[in-house]
Amino acid sequence: MIVAALAFYLFSAMAVIGALNVIFQRNPVHSVLWLIFTFFNAAALFVLLGAEFVAMILVVVYVGAVAVLFLFVVMMLDINVIMLREGFLKYMPVGALIGVILLVELAVVFGAWTMAPQAEALRGLPTPDPSQITNTEALGQVLYTDYAYVFQAAGLVLLVAMIGAIVLTHRKRTGVRKQNIGAQVARDPKTTVTLVQVQTGKGLQ
Amino acid sequence: MAEFLNTHLGLYAGTLIFIVGKILLFVIPVALSMAFLTLIERRVIGAMQLRIGPNVIGPFGLLQPFADAVKLLFKETVIPTGASPVVFFLAPMVTFSLALLGWAVMPVSAGWYISNLNVGVLYLFAISSLGVYGIVMAGWASNSRYAFLGAMRSAAQMVSYEVSIGFIMISVLLSAGSLNLTKVVEAQQGLWYFIPHFPMFIVFFISILAETNRHPFDLPEAESELVAGFMTEYSSMSFALFFLGEYINMIAMSGLATTLFLGGWLPPVNIAPFTWIPGVIWFALKVALCLFVFIWVRATLPRYRYDQLMRLGWKVFLPLSLVWLILTSGFLVYSGKLAH
Repeated sequence: MIVAALAFYLFSAMAVIGALNVIFQRNPVHSVLWLIFTFFNAAALFVLLGAEFVAMILVVVYVGAVAVLFLFVVMMLDINVIMLREGFLKYMPVGALIGVILLVELAVVFGAWTMAPQAEALRGLPTPDPSQITNTEALGQVLYTDYAYVFQAAGLVLLVAMIGAIVLTHRKRTGVRKQNIGAQVARDPKTTVTLVQVQTGKGLQ
Repeated sequence: MAEFLNTHLGLYAGTLIFIVGKILLFVIPVALSMAFLTLIERRVIGAMQLRIGPNVIGPFGLLQPFADAVKLLFKETVIPTGASPVVFFLAPMVTFSLALLGWAVMPVSAGWYISNLNVGVLYLFAISSLGVYGIVMAGWASNSRYAFLGAMRSAAQMVSYEVSIGFIMISVLLSAGSLNLTKVVEAQQGLWYFIPHFPMFIVFFISILAETNRHPFDLPEAESELVAGFMTEYSSMSFALFFLGEYINMIAMSGLATTLFLGGWLPPVNIAPFTWIPGVIWFALKVALCLFVFIWVRATLPRYRYDQLMRLGWKVFLPLSLVWLILTSGFLVYSGKLAH
């Protein structure tokens, strides 16, 4: 048990240090790298909770895909750190406001979870025994039965976002030479090659 | 074993020694096979191109990898001006350790693994998708055009091919009914999955070529246009770590293909002369077969063009693996073979 507690404090401390470094780093690329570090520690905390499936999905989705694209974009941008610092005071009220709103929302969610009358019943639901059923099955049994519609709705939201991103970036570009593989494969010597007897001094007519 | 050591050595010491011992039992054979893989690759390609290959140092050139290692060790480490030193040295370490991390869940024989994770397949998928970080960090930290271009290519390439690898894995997992690698292998008793999933086995193999940046998809280090891609600025041991990481990744990916499609440690036929040979030998033989194909492909095929690579990933493999996933799940539900 001592090992588990030590591991918990280690990973949470690392997560907090990582999160702080995300905002305090001068270089945006270093910030993203620290963000990845934070994700890792969050995944480790999930493993400590016994939620190994969620931990792996966190690594696959956030670290393996989202953060890669994030890093990709940040590396491509030519960000001048000093220019970024200039507007700091001007934008601080907005940032602080968003932070406060998020904090209040978190408090509301947490409060509802502990105080609302239905919450008691929800928490009283029997949790499957980890030795009887694997993580993945337990999640699937809840996700595809009780929350099937919500789950589908979440999928639709993602689909809309995806189509939106494609529509926004897709445009007809002129002057692009695209390879048409079908046309290339369908070419044959009969239609493309002609043998010509060239007369000396006259050339091709 | 661990309990015995605990009682004699005090709190947790035994467990610690036991775990470290298990890790060493995996890492040393992997490192050795990696060393000889570099030699075998050069010899096999030499034979395929009617050359001899390295045959001078030691019998059959067997000591060549160690000579190379010593040579790299004594070279000078150069850091480019304007490079970000911490990230620059972190990148090869990340590549190398991620390549080794994958072995934590690999079942090389019945009951032979470091950890029997219930989500083993997901873990391997996660680790292989992280491999891109070493390359991207190297490309960015080098502060060099060639390195940066190589890293960009690699990031796009690896993210693209992971998607179809994920779908293929789901098809296999549906048939096996578990995310546990040991159970996936046990479910293949009698029928290895490369027979029913044959088209996906081919797609999977091509995808792991792209995932490990091997020929014909080695665009991140295409020497004819990018010098050495993301490795351009690396020398000495930092270069060696990249090199080792790439080869260990190849072995790990071959191990994954073996586990998912070629029946892991299972013998081809479950009768007497085959069952006498221990499972780990079968596993090694299958991995060696996959690695031979890796080398064979390298000696045979020209490099893909970048747009062709992207088209193959998104417009061919992704729809194909999705359709196969639907077919597999449809068949399993219809025939009532879906695991509960």
